[in-house]
Amino acid sequence: MHILEGEGVTKYFGGLSAVSEVDFYVDQGEVVGLIGPNGAGKTTLFNLISAALVPKPGTIKFKGINITGMKPHKICRMGIARTFQTVKIFANMPVSDNVRIGSLFGTYQKMSPAEAVKETTELLEFVGLSKVSGVPAKDLTLANQKRLEVARALATRPELLLLDELMAGLNQTEVSESMELVKKIRDKGTTIIMIEHVMKAIMNVCDRIIVLHHGKKIAEGTPQEIVTSKTVIEVYLGEQTYAGS
Amino acid sequence: MYVILAVSWAIFSGPTGYISLAPAAFFGVGIYTSATLGNDLPLPIVIIIGALISACLALLVGALTLRLRGIYFAIFTFGLVELIKHLLLWYEVKFTGTRGRFVVLVDNETIYYIMLIIFVVLLITAFIIRRSKYGLALQSIGEYEEAAAHMGINVTLLKVVTFAISALFMGAAGAIMATRWTYVDPYIAFYALFSFMPVLMAILGGMGQFYGPIMGAVLIAYLEELLLTKFPYYYMLIFGIILVVAILFLPQGLAGLIQKLRWRISGGKRAHT
Repeated sequence: MHILEGEGVTKYFGGLSAVSEVDFYVDQGEVVGLIGPNGAGKTTLFNLISAALVPKPGTIKFKGINITGMKPHKICRMGIARTFQTVKIFANMPVSDNVRIGSLFGTYQKMSPAEAVKETTELLEFVGLSKVSGVPAKDLTLANQKRLEVARALATRPELLLLDELMAGLNQTEVSESMELVKKIRDKGTTIIMIEHVMKAIMNVCDRIIVLHHGKKIAEGTPQEIVTSKTVIEVYLGEQTYAGS
Repeated sequence: MYVILAVSWAIFSGPTGYISLAPAAFFGVGIYTSATLGNDLPLPIVIIIGALISACLALLVGALTLRLRGIYFAIFTFGLVELIKHLLLWYEVKFTGTRGRFVVLVDNETIYYIMLIIFVVLLITAFIIRRSKYGLALQSIGEYEEAAAHMGINVTLLKVVTFAISALFMGAAGAIMATRWTYVDPYIAFYALFSFMPVLMAILGGMGQFYGPIMGAVLIAYLEELLLTKFPYYYMLIFGIILVVAILFLPQGLAGLIQKLRWRISGGKRAHT
């Protein structure tokens, strides 16, 4: 079953179309990669799914329900959680409070404060931040701040998780740790869409890849299909004739 | 009185970082409620009505303006004070033919006890909000509003309701204070300083802690009296200097200073990762 479906999703900023007529779907339990050059509209598409922006025109359906035009907090409670490209943690609050907010407000069924505390502890354990739960979030390293965002998103018990450049700015070790984390989340049964520039990660983790360029979907397929696709190579490396000469 | 204004201001503006300059508007609405209804209705009911009208005004204004951030919000709320003041002035002159009104007198003891009751209820409310999950949510709005919305917090509703709660107490305080002044006109009731003082007090006291605004308000009120009697000519000047120094050197306010001292004493261990 398609957990998420988009039909003709379009967004204009002034006269410029950031995302234009993109059709996409995501199946339950999949890990979908979203790639494309800078400015291709990847993050805009995320913003449209998580309702930070409203597509116009176009519709987005989550589990068969039309969620176009709903408020972000509703979307979150329905089961779509996200992280941000530039980390947006609650910097002056302790790590544990950052996660606890997700549990207290973002879940579909209301959680008692005691449950939320328990859930927070478990999640911090899960992403490996237990040791620093009392530290203000701003004092974490970038890698850990990104983990914190993941934990906070997971605290809302999402069925669909949107990861926006989870690995950007991380070193090799941190990247492989992040990849492990993504796999662990997938194994818990959460569907994932991830924007990523780290190709190794995309190829390793994703079941399917969607390529955006200038706001349009130009290719879609398994990692193998994508790396051999002519259009994708053209977009990323320029036309082959130039590359060859 | 200032303590009430400062604490109720801090309920909303403390955690969220929205600087509201509207306390004078809500306070003034309370005063005018008291001035118009004071003769006909018993005092407790007048106070409750004053509080409710203030809260309703806050709901309305909040719904309209809380999408503004930072300085725009501050300017709008300040404009609100002026708007109501002049609207009222126009109305009074045009329809009642007078500028001011006399307020029914109440003896000082009653005023004192009513203020005390309002203050205690306010403290309990502020404390409950701070400790509840909504306090946490308000804080997260102050940190990163966009992220807060994506964490399932209904930011608009929460902001407007909290804004109204803070106005509720300001209105109540206005309604009772009016009885002390016997005569009010729009310039007295919507005096701009009623907007600035609570803000300064809360900042001086420190908004991070529950007791911060209380400390700030007590200190400034005391300082004001002291300077006014000892140095009537330089009072405003000295006052201003103290505030500038406080803001420059104590960005966290007095409460922040106390916290820091506590860290020092306890050895302040802090794990960096």
